[in-house]
Amino acid sequence: MTILKVSGLSKSFGGNDVIRGIDLDVAKGERIAVLGASGSGKSTLLRCLNFMEMPDAGTITLDGKVVGRREAELTLVRQRIGMVFQQFNLFPHMTALGNVMEGLRTVRRMNKADAQARAERELARVGLADKAAHYPAHLSGGQKQRVAIARALAMDPELLLFDEPTSALDPELVGEVLGVIRSLAEEGRTMLLVTHELGFAYHVATRVIFLADGTIHEQGTPDEVLKHPKKERTQAFLARHKEFSL
Amino acid sequence: MAYQWDFTPVFANADLLAQGLVNTLKVTGASLACGLVLGLGFALMRLSRQRLVSWPAGFVIEVFRTTPPLVQLFWFFFALPLIAGIEMTPLLAAVVTFSIQSAAFFAEVFRAGIVSVERGQWDGARAIGMTHGQALRRIVLPQAVKRMIPAFMERAIELMKTTTLVATIAYTDLLFAANEIAQKTFRPLETFTVAALIYFVVITAFSLLARQLERHLAVSGESTVH
Amino acid sequence: MHQWDFASVLDNTDALAVGALGTLRIFAICLVAGLSFGLVVGLGRYSQRRVFYWPATAFVEFFRNTPVLVQIIWFYFALPILMPFSISPLAAASLGISLNSAAFSAEIYRGGIQSIDRGQWDGARALGMSFLQAMRRIILPQALKRMTPALTNRAIEIFKMSTLASAVAYVELLQQAKLIASLNFNPIEAYTAVAVIFFVFLWPLVQLTYVLERRLARDE
Ligand SMILES: Nc1ncnc2c1ncn2[C@@H]1O[C@H](COP(=O)(O)OP(=O)(O)OP(=O)(O)O)[C@@H](O)[C@H]1O
Ligand SMILES: [Mg+2]
Repeated sequence: MTILKVSGLSKSFGGNDVIRGIDLDVAKGERIAVLGASGSGKSTLLRCLNFMEMPDAGTITLDGKVVGRREAELTLVRQRIGMVFQQFNLFPHMTALGNVMEGLRTVRRMNKADAQARAERELARVGLADKAAHYPAHLSGGQKQRVAIARALAMDPELLLFDEPTSALDPELVGEVLGVIRSLAEEGRTMLLVTHELGFAYHVATRVIFLADGTIHEQGTPDEVLKHPKKERTQAFLARHKEFSL
Repeated sequence: MAYQWDFTPVFANADLLAQGLVNTLKVTGASLACGLVLGLGFALMRLSRQRLVSWPAGFVIEVFRTTPPLVQLFWFFFALPLIAGIEMTPLLAAVVTFSIQSAAFFAEVFRAGIVSVERGQWDGARAIGMTHGQALRRIVLPQAVKRMIPAFMERAIELMKTTTLVATIAYTDLLFAANEIAQKTFRPLETFTVAALIYFVVITAFSLLARQLERHLAVSGESTVH
Repeated sequence: MHQWDFASVLDNTDALAVGALGTLRIFAICLVAGLSFGLVVGLGRYSQRRVFYWPATAFVEFFRNTPVLVQIIWFYFALPILMPFSISPLAAASLGISLNSAAFSAEIYRGGIQSIDRGQWDGARALGMSFLQAMRRIILPQALKRMTPALTNRAIEIFKMSTLASAVAYVELLQQAKLIASLNFNPIEAYTAVAVIFFVFLWPLVQLTYVLERRLARDE
């Protein structure tokens, strides 16, 4: 069942055409890894999907309904599509628990006790029950990113967007975050994941998309795209990631 | 022959001085409070992409930054009541003038504070479905305000000094009270010296407090804007 | 609705001209006296030697932490009692504004000098320069560039403060506006006119500080 349908999506900044007419269907339970060179528009594509960037053209259909451009509608869509950022973007003036409760309290208007119970569950799920009272400044990078994931999960999103969730982390902290994402995959969550961790993409993704020139240059199963790429640019891109071991 | 200092006539009028000091603090506090609210309004208007909204705010800010406070005070006290056909007391004129003046200053501080908060904070807030207003109120402003505290304190101190201008429109602040005592007792040297010392003590105490707070904020690792 | 009548102000342009001259005179005096004495005090604040540091610090603290108007009033009404001569409104106002500006600019100078990299001192000293030579030839020229926006701001403040001289009846723009307003019963036009005059004088200066600040931020 298709939960998200993207057609003819385009976005440019000034004269820079970053996304040029992308079509993409995301079925429930799919895990799509998005690859591409730096500046190829991976972040822009993800940010268009939850309207953090306003697309210039194209439509996005969520659960069979075309998303309009009214602010009220967009905030609803963003509640249904969770997003996790490279730089975490945790709120520094709130504790880990406060960060996870924030969407429930301010956006969902949930009462405090329910929000807190829910937030504690989400923190426990990412293995941070004991860090609830800590401020972000006192958490490691890996812990911050796990709080950010819990914050997104608290909103019960139907789709999760990860934009290079481990790129800002020290190598020894990457594993704990990937572990959480892997467990979400095992739960059958639908997700789009921009990553340079090709080994992880190979094992976790159900589909791999390679972006170039603002379009989907090549896509297929991890085996097809990562092991037997047909297009030259995909091959060149993969060759540059020598550390990639399957 | 050396001048014979005599402070007793001044101390005999201590109640008048105290009343003056209270009035000084009253004008300062009221103007600060109104200035903060108005300043946030100006800042949000300035940040608006709508020119019809941002320009009027910009104009008021520029006018109040580029004309002398005393001229503004005279204008609000002597000119405005005639134009608007309203009654104007010295206190009201002072609070109105100093509020808008402070707002013009605070608008810049608020604006700088708001833009100093990283874009990622807006992203994080919007990604969980917050509206612009919710993101501003819950996420951006609390962080911005913390960085603005030193600038606020600085302004509060400046404002307390500026409030002496109300003496020129006969509002009984500390300076005006001192002037009355000086004329009554023929002891201007002692009276004005005492008045200057009171200002010095109050303002110094306040700026020490401000410095302490600033150090505290610096220790807690927060950057500040000016 | 008020009937604006600027003719009654225009009839008094000569009085306003006299006021403008008074404003410019006291501005020039306080600018030169305030900013140059401020440099002396600023060097004292920068000094490691207590005999320089403490008096400079006391001066800065006192004049920054008392209102200018109180200082002007004190110089006009209180100081003459201790002096064998009387003090003119111009002298009292100039003293108050200059000393206040000196205290504020001293901190600008000190901050500017402190912001210069220690290596510059080392370089100058290595050439055999004395402290004062290094300060004059190497440190101050670099520091001045950084201080220009702040010092320009001070100049603007001095210009605005000049209106306080009207409190001791010194003849400047605001004082003349009071006069015109009381003679012609036109406070609206009189005070609006001076406000506009100040705005016209100061607006270019304020814009200049914006440009200077932006340029400095870009260069650093
Ligand atoms: N807000 C913006 N304003 C202007 N240009 C932008 C903006 N956001 C992105 N761009 C430009 O769009 C292009 C694609 O950027 P994007 O961040 O989507 O790339 P990316 O594939 O995520 O790269 P990276 O791997 O470095 O994160 C780049 O050239 C970038 O400079
Ligand atoms: Mg990116």
